[in-house]
Formats: sequence, C-alpha cells, structure tokens
Amino acid sequence: MSVDAWLLAEAPSSRRQARLGEAYRAWLAFRRKPLAMVGLVTILALLAVAAAAPLLATHSPIAQDLAARLLPPGTAGHLLGTDELGRDIWSRLVYGARITLVIVTMVVVLVAPLGLLVGCVAGYAGGWLDSTLMRVTDIFLAFPRLILALAFVAAIGPGIENAIIAIAITAWPPYARLARAETITIRESDFIAAARLQGASAARIVVRQVMPLCLSSVIVRVTLDMAGIILTAAGLGFLGLGAQPPAPEWGAMISSGRSYILDQWWVATMPGIAICVVSLGFNLLGDGLRDVLDPKQR
Amino acid sequence: MQPLSRLVFPALRLLVGVALTFFGLLLVTFLIGRVVPIDPVLAAAGDRVTAEVYERVRTELGLDLPLWQQFLRYVGQVLTGDFGRSILTSNPVLVDIARFFPATLELATIAMLFGLFFGIPLGVAAATHQGRWPDHLVRVLGLLGYSVPVFWLGLVGLLVFYARLGWVAGPGRLDVAYDDLFDPVTGIVLLDAAMAGEWEAFRNALEHLVLPAAVLGWFSLAYLSRMTRSFMIEQLRQEYVTTARVKGLSEARVVWRHALGNIAVPLVTVAALTYASLLEGSVLTETVFAWPGLGRYITNSLLSADMNAVLGGTIVVGAVFIGLNLVSDLLYRALDPRARGR
Repeated sequence: MSVDAWLLAEAPSSRRQARLGEAYRAWLAFRRKPLAMVGLVTILALLAVAAAAPLLATHSPIAQDLAARLLPPGTAGHLLGTDELGRDIWSRLVYGARITLVIVTMVVVLVAPLGLLVGCVAGYAGGWLDSTLMRVTDIFLAFPRLILALAFVAAIGPGIENAIIAIAITAWPPYARLARAETITIRESDFIAAARLQGASAARIVVRQVMPLCLSSVIVRVTLDMAGIILTAAGLGFLGLGAQPPAPEWGAMISSGRSYILDQWWVATMPGIAICVVSLGFNLLGDGLRDVLDPKQR
Repeated sequence: MQPLSRLVFPALRLLVGVALTFFGLLLVTFLIGRVVPIDPVLAAAGDRVTAEVYERVRTELGLDLPLWQQFLRYVGQVLTGDFGRSILTSNPVLVDIARFFPATLELATIAMLFGLFFGIPLGVAAATHQGRWPDHLVRVLGLLGYSVPVFWLGLVGLLVFYARLGWVAGPGRLDVAYDDLFDPVTGIVLLDAAMAGEWEAFRNALEHLVLPAAVLGWFSLAYLSRMTRSFMIEQLRQEYVTTARVKGLSEARVVWRHALGNIAVPLVTVAALTYASLLEGSVLTETVFAWPGLGRYITNSLLSADMNAVLGGTIVVGAVFIGLNLVSDLLYRALDPRARGR
C-alpha cells in the first residue's frame, strides 16, 4: 500500500492514521492555492534566513565603518548599500529577521495559551465565571491597543522584552473571545458528556477535550495576527521604544534612516520592504490556512 | 409596562458596560502610573528638595494614602478633568490636549472620508464582479493595507510626492507664510481658513493634509472595501434581489438602492469602529508628518518621560474609543429593527 493510499484511506485503522490523513487532506487543499503557497514559501524563507544569518550576512550587522557610510545599493560588497554609520544594510536586514521572529514567537507564546485558557474556562464553566471573565475581556477589547502598548512601554522602559510584554497584554482578548465561542459550540457534545460520565474533572475536560478542538481556529487567528504584531513591534521600534540601538530591528532601522530619506532613500526604504514582504507572507499564509482549517468553511 | 422595560433594560446594561469599561481603563492607567520608575514627588518638586519639602509634596499628592484611596482620588481627579500638569509644556494636560486634539480630529476625519469615498464603491464593484479584476484589486489593496507599516508608507510618500514630484506640501499643517493669517477658532485649519475667507491658506492646508490623510485612510479603505464586499455578496444571494431583477429593475438600481440600502446599517457600525482605529493609527502618521496632533503629543511626552501627559492622552483616546464603540452599538440598534429590544 502506498503512503498516499494509507493517508487517504476511507476507514483509518488507527488514531494516528486518521490524524495524519486529516493533516494530509488539509495540505492537499492548501497546495491548490497559489497565493497561500507564496505565503508559505515567504515564511519558510524568513525562517531559513534567520537560521542562516551568519552565513548569508556579508558583514557584521553592528560593526561601523565611517569611511563607507551611506553608500548606494549595488556598491561593490554592499548589495543594498550602507547606512549612516557605514553598516551593511543587507547584513542588518538578515540579522533583523531573527529579532522579528523572536518578537512574534514570544508574543504568540504568551498570548495564545492565555487567551485559550480564559476563553475555554469561561465557555465551559458558564455562569458568573463566564460573565466576569468576558467582562474583563470586553474591557481590554475596548482599549486602544497601540496607545496602551505605548503607555506600558513608557512606564516599564523601552526595550525589546518590554515591547513584547506590552504587545502581549493588549493582544490576548480576541483569542479569549474566539476560544469561548468555539467552546460553547462543543460544550454540549456527546463526547464531552461521555468524558464527564467517565469521571473526568472539569479541568481535565477543558485541557484535554476542549482546548485541542479550539486549536485550529486559534492557529488561523495567530497567523493572521502575526502581521499586526510585526507592524506594532516595528512601530514601537520606529518610535524608539522597542529594540535599542545598535540592534538591527527593522522598525528602528527605518527610524534612523528617516533623516536621510530625501537624499539616501535606501536606508529607510529597504527595511520597510522587508517588513512588507514578511507581513504579506503571514497574511497570505493565514488566509490560506483559514480556508483549509476553519471548520465553518468546510 | 412591557415595552418600557424592553427599552430601558438594554440601555441600562449598555450604560453600565460603558461605565465599567471606562473604570477599567482608569484602573489600567492608574497602575501604569504606579509602576513607573520615576518618583512622582521628584518629578513635581524638582530634583533638589529638602526632606521636609519632599514629605509635604508627598502628602499633597496623596502618596501616603493606601493604594485604593489613591485610586479613588485619581478617579475623582480624572472625572473633574484634572490630569495633572505636563512637565514638558508646564500646562495642565487637559489644556494641551484641547489644543492638540483638533489636528488629530481633522486628519482622522479626512482619512475616514477618503476611506468611505473609495472603499465602498470598490467593495461594491468587487462583489458584483467576483473573480474578475475589481475583485482582485480589492483583495490586493486589502492585503497591502494590512501588511505595509504606516510610518514607512508615509516616509516613502513624502519622498515620492513631496520631494521628487512636488505634488503635495511637506510635513506640518501649513507653510510658515500662512501661519498667523487667521485665528484658530475651531483648531481645525480647513474650517478656520474657510471661515476667515483665506482661500489661499485653505488650499495650502489641503496640500499639507492630502498625503497624511491618504496614507492613514488607506487602512480604512482596505477594511471598508473588504467588509462592503462580503456584506454585498451576502445580500446579492437573497431572494429579494432576484425578485427585483425579475421585476425588470436595472442592475444599477438593484445593487445601489436595494442591496446597498440593506447593508447600510452594518456598514455604518463598521465605519464607526474604523474611525476609532484611525484616531489611534494617527499616532505614527503624525510622527512622520510632524502633524501637531494628539498622537505626536503623546509620543513626544513619552520620549521625555512626561507620564501625566502620556496617561492623560491615553485616557482621552481611550474615552473616545469607548464612546465610538457605544455610538456604533447605538446606531446599530437605532437603525436595525431586528436588533431592538435585544
């Protein structure tokens, strides 16, 4: 039996075969969408660039060379030119990919479990716990996110960790709403009743039965949110509140190139293009994943 | 009895919700104000104070009270419009905000009009030409709108349209030459210039406004066209549309009168929410275009650790945000008969 046939079997004989088959079908559906594939390739490229940064970079991202400052793109040895301190822009972009990845990963690691937990508990428990948790969520949802993140960073001081915390604090409520809505639709299912009859505790049911089912919609939402997180982080960097110099964070690079925009356009333009490409990649990937994974669309 | 309670209870619930949200906002800003590593006493009294003066200022500021009493005091101050004094401008924060807010309002409003004017027709065209070029255009615009950093777009816009092509005026609201030509009655330059009859200044203000408004409005355009498209597709599938077509109405009338009339309600609520995010999005746009609005006031204060101004600005933006949420909710209830009494 070929792998293909095993994966697509109508009657899978084990749980693992069913799960892998499901994933394989999603992949087949995903593969048919050219834009989604472009997104996937972009993000894989971002991962590869971040991983291989030392190999791809032609110069040190922070070493200054004042003799070679503000060289235009295409100068020998400097593919994308140099910035106001003579640092190679290509090398800074390549290392900046790592910072971008760290930011989005950390935000997601903080936000998704928190939102999932709040939403699933509220949805499963119902009653006063539900109303209280959702009231808190609504309060956070009604806040202006960027301004609140700014105020947080102003209070706890600029820096990449603080920017991550500030973004995370303002980003979790939509996940809680989403997880709650999903939980309510499955709360009354027979398999939940079965688990309850077997004596599973509420905590066990939430963690083992409810949360995994909310996961796919959370993943879709996370992917679509990535672009927003990247843009917010870059905005904080641009205002000087995110990663601090000499770190090659893309938003901060645009900010430092701002003074030269009229004569040396490339200093600010190149990191902007990098941000656009990566956010676009995440948006395309998220759109594709939503079409494939969102149970409401199937 | 029945109809009255049906009207009063939802309104009451809405009000309580708004009050709670505002209270939550104040709690958050209060806590932010407490975790700042800046000593508020030193910030108010200066660095070199005697221990005696230090204690007196500390008592005056209420910092010797327990935390919950400090919070109540804080709520009382905010509700009476007392946000403290800005260190940077040494004005009361509320006075500063009143001076800077009109500029933000002007920018966000023009951006909103830009989004409505282009976004809704584009969305309708995408829905009626599904799978053809208007549809693809809306998708691309939307994707770019969500992927491009607004501050970068502003910089590139300045480079291309101001420095290279010379189509628009540069940063700021007016050229220096027009600065004192008319009195700032409303603080909204376009209105003030028009009221003073200074049409050349009006034109100049418009040249300054068009680029930042377009950059900011891009996002409302992206969002509104996407929402219009999906609302419209939903409507065009309905049976009344078929009926209207069978009746022999022109396609334009079916789309623009019948279908658009039915999506007007959700569109208005979406527009109100978009407006709120534009007010917030103006923070970065204002920084790029040296636009003397609330966003730039907040960021400038931020960089000089002027927490009274930052938190005051946050509360005002937050209050406008909550207010617009409420307006969008009320509009939905007022305009859509199905939502009444729920």
